[in-house]
Amino acid sequence: MSSVKSRRTIVVAVARKDLSIEWNSRILTNQVAPFAAIVMVMFAFALDNEGILQRVAPGLMWLATLFSMLIVVQRSFTVESADGALDALRVAGVDTGAIFVGKSLALMVQLFVLEVLLLATAVVLYGVEMTAVGLLEAFVTMVVATAGLGCVGTLYGGLAAGAKGRETLLPLLLLPVVAPVLIGATRATEAAFGSGGTAVSEGWPWIGLLAVFAVIFAVAGTVAFGPLVDE
Amino acid sequence: MTPNSGTGTSATRRLGVLVIVLVISLALFGLQFSAEDVVQGSTVRIMYVHVPSIWTAYIAFFLTAVCSGVYLSRRQRSLAWDRVAGASAEIGVLFVAVSLVTGSLWGRLTWGTYWVWDARLTSTAFLFITYVGYLAVRRLDGTHRQRARRSSVMALLAVLEIPLVHFSVNLWRSLHQDASVADPNAKVKLDGLMLFSLFLGLVTFTLLFVWLVLHRQRTMLLEDSFADRGLDVAIAERRNEAGVQ
Repeated sequence: MSSVKSRRTIVVAVARKDLSIEWNSRILTNQVAPFAAIVMVMFAFALDNEGILQRVAPGLMWLATLFSMLIVVQRSFTVESADGALDALRVAGVDTGAIFVGKSLALMVQLFVLEVLLLATAVVLYGVEMTAVGLLEAFVTMVVATAGLGCVGTLYGGLAAGAKGRETLLPLLLLPVVAPVLIGATRATEAAFGSGGTAVSEGWPWIGLLAVFAVIFAVAGTVAFGPLVDE
Repeated sequence: MTPNSGTGTSATRRLGVLVIVLVISLALFGLQFSAEDVVQGSTVRIMYVHVPSIWTAYIAFFLTAVCSGVYLSRRQRSLAWDRVAGASAEIGVLFVAVSLVTGSLWGRLTWGTYWVWDARLTSTAFLFITYVGYLAVRRLDGTHRQRARRSSVMALLAVLEIPLVHFSVNLWRSLHQDASVADPNAKVKLDGLMLFSLFLGLVTFTLLFVWLVLHRQRTMLLEDSFADRGLDVAIAERRNEAGVQ
């Protein structure tokens, strides 16, 4: 029982550490969120048609999320490898599975904040309208998709951490893996927005796909993260 | 291994000769002896390269996953498993590329377009990108052991990722667009000589793959030992310069 408890303490400590670093540096709010917003504006320039924008708003919102996620993941591991912090944790005998869960949770919180901002941007800029059920569905989609993204991001971020050229490598590794999330989250959000006449009820099966993805990578990450960062 | 030894042995040389003979006969059977298809005409001949190359790619990635699993599971981790995994993945990527290129050429002739957003095509493109990423991970700097550990985990994650991508792409296509192009799974009745040419292709490509992997993993061994020895030599040189013995 005590090991379970100490594990939970580690998870919370790691997550809190990451979030307080983020809170102090304000990178998320001062750099990543504006980046995500400008991407949404650029999409509007590129597509230049309000009808089309409204139709493709879910896809654009999730694309902007994925692009921003790349930056947040880089950032999450820059703070670890900069002073050999991750090695220090390892040397201290901290369980890698717990580190993985803690870092994933911190990443999920940040991504969720971003997604809420992006959803608001889509409503304001693209003229998206939602029913109450639609809003609930969009919310559930964001929670479940974020769970998957947080796990995958931490896993692949850990893989590339500390290596030269990881900035360019991470997108190549991460984007193909999160393709199911893009597909699932976009379809579910389309249902929530009612884009192209989609019914709200059509979204729930896609949320199921997102949940499967999240569970698989949560388990895989907890197992594989140790061997990955082990020096 | 002595420094001046090559990557061939008498066995691989014999295999190499066999592969050359098989490639020539495949070309003869595929281009000359087998008949044209009633519907597709001569374009059906692309099949004798297209199908064997994706077949070989699947074998290659399977071998990569198995070797990576063995590498990680053994107490005494032998880098030989890692090198075979890497060699196999490199050649697998090559064969997926061949299959994608030949497939899109065939698609252009038969469907009138190089690419369709068919579930199988899209998944294959993802397969290609995933293993390009795997090869990039192998090139990250670090020791041979680091490389082996990272890439083994990557290879096992790919085994997890590929079915997920395939499944979701399938869902995506099946819910959003009815199959509008010729169904690649349609039961086609092949005449005897065509079937023989196809099987000849499979055997030829598989043996070619074995031959390539044998050589490539030995080149990797040489590269690794060169990297190790290169460091020793450099240290010795610096010591000599400094006059330390």
